[in-house]
Amino acid sequence: MTPVILAPINIDNHFLLDEIIPELEYISKIKFIIKPLNIDISKAFSEERGQYHSTIILKLMLENLNEENSKVVGIVKNDLFIPVLTYVFGEAQLDGKCSLVSLFRLHEEFYSGNSDKNLLKQRTIKEILHELGHNFGLIHCKDWECVMHSSSSIEEVDIKGIKYCKSCIQIINKKLKS
Amino acid sequence: MEKKNKLLIVDDEEIVRQSLKAWFLEDGYEIDIAEDAEAALRLYEKNKYDLILLDIKMPGMSGMDLLIKLKEFDPDAIIILITAYASVSSAVKALKNGAYDYITKPIDPDELSHVVKNALNQKNLKDENIQLKTSIDEIIKPENLIGDSPKMKEVYSLIHTVSQTDTTVLILGDSGTGKELVAKAIHLNSKRKYFPLVTVNCGALPESILESELFGHEKGAFTGAHYKRKGKFEMANGGTIFLDEIGTISHKVQIELLRVIETKEFMRVGGSETIKSDFRVIAATNENLQNLVNSGQFREDLYYRLNVFNIQLPPLRERGDDVILLADYFLNKFSSAMNKKISSFDEEAIKFMQDYYWPGNVRELENAIERAVVVCHKDKITLDDLPFKVIKNVKEEEPLTERSLEAIEKKHIEKILSENNWNISKSAEELQIDRVTLYNKIKKYGLRKNN
Repeated sequence: MTPVILAPINIDNHFLLDEIIPELEYISKIKFIIKPLNIDISKAFSEERGQYHSTIILKLMLENLNEENSKVVGIVKNDLFIPVLTYVFGEAQLDGKCSLVSLFRLHEEFYSGNSDKNLLKQRTIKEILHELGHNFGLIHCKDWECVMHSSSSIEEVDIKGIKYCKSCIQIINKKLKS
Repeated sequence: MEKKNKLLIVDDEEIVRQSLKAWFLEDGYEIDIAEDAEAALRLYEKNKYDLILLDIKMPGMSGMDLLIKLKEFDPDAIIILITAYASVSSAVKALKNGAYDYITKPIDPDELSHVVKNALNQKNLKDENIQLKTSIDEIIKPENLIGDSPKMKEVYSLIHTVSQTDTTVLILGDSGTGKELVAKAIHLNSKRKYFPLVTVNCGALPESILESELFGHEKGAFTGAHYKRKGKFEMANGGTIFLDEIGTISHKVQIELLRVIETKEFMRVGGSETIKSDFRVIAATNENLQNLVNSGQFREDLYYRLNVFNIQLPPLRERGDDVILLADYFLNKFSSAMNKKISSFDEEAIKFMQDYYWPGNVRELENAIERAVVVCHKDKITLDDLPFKVIKNVKEEEPLTERSLEAIEKKHIEKILSENNWNISKSAEELQIDRVTLYNKIKKYGLRKNN
């Protein structure tokens, strides 16, 4: 099975990703590898909003990737938006190759001022698995215990489960076999 | 197969149409897009939409005019207006003309998703109610709520009775008996199932962060509060709040909880707006709440507020063959997770599991099977694969040689105390006597920890 690539974009220190790989693999039964991607994302920056347009970063990723068969989850530390929304935690090509996750709003400091490394890990795992699920063609799930439940606020990220539900994991497995 | 909701997005900006389309496709909706009012009307003639998102400012016919026209066709159409400039007068005008809601660009994703979900939920509720009425007398169980024993069937029947009401439920049972699973089952079988089940582990909540955790805070409410935060009660809106380990909470928290449960209203820390939340309460404890009330540790009014309908979970040792059903379930779960081909248990292991006392209940069984799957190198779990502590406890079960009731009582109390590492409360609970009686017995039989 081709491993999923976690691609830290312009992030030198990826200890966090190293630490969460075992749990990502345990939950998804998919192999993950880290492959940093250094690309110029300044094109995606909006002066007016002080944020990065995630759809543009996704396009840049696609232009700069060589891997034919792998799914690639880009990780950025910057705050992301799409024009109609104030922010997004990430974006994915539905049933496609690439997705993107921002760590910016996953840090607890952003909300309460308190650092919580464990919470950051849990949130990052959830968001990576969520966006990756979209890459496998999954849409949002109604089951709050499933990581594919939609989460448009950090409170919802915290409430939803960290694993795929039975039917979502079945769809992923089917895709992997085909 | 569930019906897909169909949405129409009308906006003159290509990038907005595409962003919204991509966003809603992930929710599993069917999406049509139109770049102006004329295109929208053409689509509307041929299709039926559950919800329409409409930009107010468009070249040609404006969104407001289109709203009026669509409402003429279909007074029940759910239309949400989007505008780049917030103004009270246009919001009032939109709502007067029959818009369901009015939102400003760029939209907060949380707001967008909730406005759309709430609108569609209202629309879908009618069909849902019909389905609930005709539902068969069986409950939907969370995957790991397993058991066919008469005692568990009684529990399922209670879940069935209470789930379709909004009654507060108190779940009682020893540690590891599955109180959280029962809460989940009640939630899943209620009309609240599409909203979250929010769990609060009361035992793990330090009083200092409790208020912010339960009620949320406003931006700037305290040093470091950089961003508004919703609390657990607010997150449970529409759904269920599960208060686990309710017996451990302090007096101060008991007062706060009583107030919120009764009024369903609260304010975020640092906020002045009263927030209403529609939640159902399920609480659970492994303590004897009545005893805590008698000793003044738990407020009587809160106890009665929680104990409207109670469900007592049986300990595993009273569930007969459920032990084997559960053991098979855990074996399957762990062997596939660890990629091992272990198909069953040998006879000795089965006999052992049936005879064992299981003081830690289902949780202990689950841990025992997980450990056994790790160490097992054959295709069947044997007695040797089961954890050392468990085996040791069984060996201690020697046949009784004593004949007098007192001698048997002494031996039994000694055994329970030693199993619980001389934790008096826990031992008294297991022996189903109060702590004072247990102290008296210890004194009477001259029991010592070293014994």
